[in-house]
Amino acid sequence: MKGNEALAEAALQAGCHHFFGYPITPQTEVAAYMSKRMPKVGGTYLQAESEVAAINMVYGAASAGVRAMTSSSSPGISLKSEGISYLAGCDLPCLIVNVQRGGPGLGGIQPSQADYWQATRAPGHGDLHILVFAPSSIQEMVDMVFEAFELADTYRMPAMLFADGMLGQMMEPISFPEKQVKPFDKFSWAACGHQGKRKHNVINSLYLKPDELEQTVLERFKRYEIVKEKHTQWEEYLLEDAEYVVVAYGATSRIVRSAINTAREQGIKVGLIRPKTIWPYPTEAISKAADTAKAFLCVEMSMGQMLDDVRLAVNGKAPVAFFGHTGGIVPTPNEVLDEIRKLAGGDR
Amino acid sequence: MLEQLKRILVIVGHYGSGKTNLAVNLAMDFRKAGKEVALADLDIVNPYFRSADFTGLLEENGIEMIAPPYARTNLDIPALTARLDAVLDTDRQIVIDVGGDDAGAAALGRYSAAIQEAGGCDMLYVVNGYRYLTRTAAEASSLLSEIQNASRLEATAVVNNSNLGELTTPQVIADKLLFAQETAACYGLPLLFTAVPEEFSGEVRSMIPDSEVYPVRVYVKKPWEV
Repeated sequence: MKGNEALAEAALQAGCHHFFGYPITPQTEVAAYMSKRMPKVGGTYLQAESEVAAINMVYGAASAGVRAMTSSSSPGISLKSEGISYLAGCDLPCLIVNVQRGGPGLGGIQPSQADYWQATRAPGHGDLHILVFAPSSIQEMVDMVFEAFELADTYRMPAMLFADGMLGQMMEPISFPEKQVKPFDKFSWAACGHQGKRKHNVINSLYLKPDELEQTVLERFKRYEIVKEKHTQWEEYLLEDAEYVVVAYGATSRIVRSAINTAREQGIKVGLIRPKTIWPYPTEAISKAADTAKAFLCVEMSMGQMLDDVRLAVNGKAPVAFFGHTGGIVPTPNEVLDEIRKLAGGDR
Repeated sequence: MLEQLKRILVIVGHYGSGKTNLAVNLAMDFRKAGKEVALADLDIVNPYFRSADFTGLLEENGIEMIAPPYARTNLDIPALTARLDAVLDTDRQIVIDVGGDDAGAAALGRYSAAIQEAGGCDMLYVVNGYRYLTRTAAEASSLLSEIQNASRLEATAVVNNSNLGELTTPQVIADKLLFAQETAACYGLPLLFTAVPEEFSGEVRSMIPDSEVYPVRVYVKKPWEV
């Protein structure tokens, strides 16, 4: 399936029957697919009047305790950021999909990873985190959509599927997981009608007393610590004997993997750490690799944003180089191979 | 087989059914057969993986590439070029690679009258029996009806392009012959051929001896496959 269609179908199968979107290249097929399929499962598909409206519809639907999602591409995610902050401030689960394109501003329509800072640092204002999944294949997009909904519900926080135009537009064979979706009982907190069985539930992010707000945020951050401990995900490739370590995620990691295979044929001991979640970030895995690795290389379709997290994790134990393209240019395996060779001293 | 086809050859189908790869192969083969060839990228719904990506290859081989003026740039506006009207009016072989589904076929509708005036066309409906939502003949033929309505043209044959990307084997292709035949039968159309990556063409031929096999080169690749 095409990436955008596959993630949409996965959301439907994960029990998300409320989609609110607005078209933007290169994610429009998500909305187009939902508009065709949603009526057939008896769900609600709504093309909102703007991205701001769409995220606020998700806010409303999530408040009522249903699985809800929206999807967009980079400029549209910026518009959604106020709503994302409110969702996080009200402890509401939802799925936000970003099929990234080049920026800043209107930027371009080709693939990019330049929204890393936005997704991991400031998806909205205030002290908050959201779960951020970074798939590198269409199968992983499908699997992560299911997982994102589950973890969002479990920890009552927004989750983001952080893809790029390449993943959204390309075709790959996939299979859908044959698992029953766990029903989540949201009656205790959702504004879904008290049926005379409990007090009114109030969905709110405004606190009149500063100490109440601080207490709420502190409790939320305790939950974030559990998420970090239990749900940080990454993949290691040819890392056991690696003298050089490349860190890359998403579609870029596929290009890096191809370059690593060639470098290995040339006798360079190089491996890959691929973060599968970028919040929470696999800091410890990188830190551990830094105990033995001679040098690191971070490759991204940006000017170097995840690079900050790699440097924080390496913490000065080894040099960290960077290679990237931005504005919609996709690095080639040969370019990455050249960078690996430079890292290994250029004498191989 | 290619010599039986009309001068104007239109390729339609579901998103990702393999239209672009087929269109590039057909254009290259017409050219090898000594014809003057143009390939028109009429896809104004898909930003990547499109015929215009192969402009260099096609032009090196003496094939004219006709693409929307802003194809492969960051300006995603659905502009069409006047050049296609001009080429329809000549006696050159033209392959028209249309965007996916009825959404993509709407742009073709703009040319339906001009195509009829120029002597009509062969319109090939490309199917991949492994594509979600077009896995049965009923689903695939229902999509064709949407495409025909949007394009105001009628398909003249079905092409079996069933594959599973990198997981494709000769058996994977041969298994979907019946699906393609049934899809064609829904509209009383012939199944023109089964498109097969050239390295598998011998094996697939022996598996489906009574059916036409068209060997294709895989041009459309992902950045890490290059």
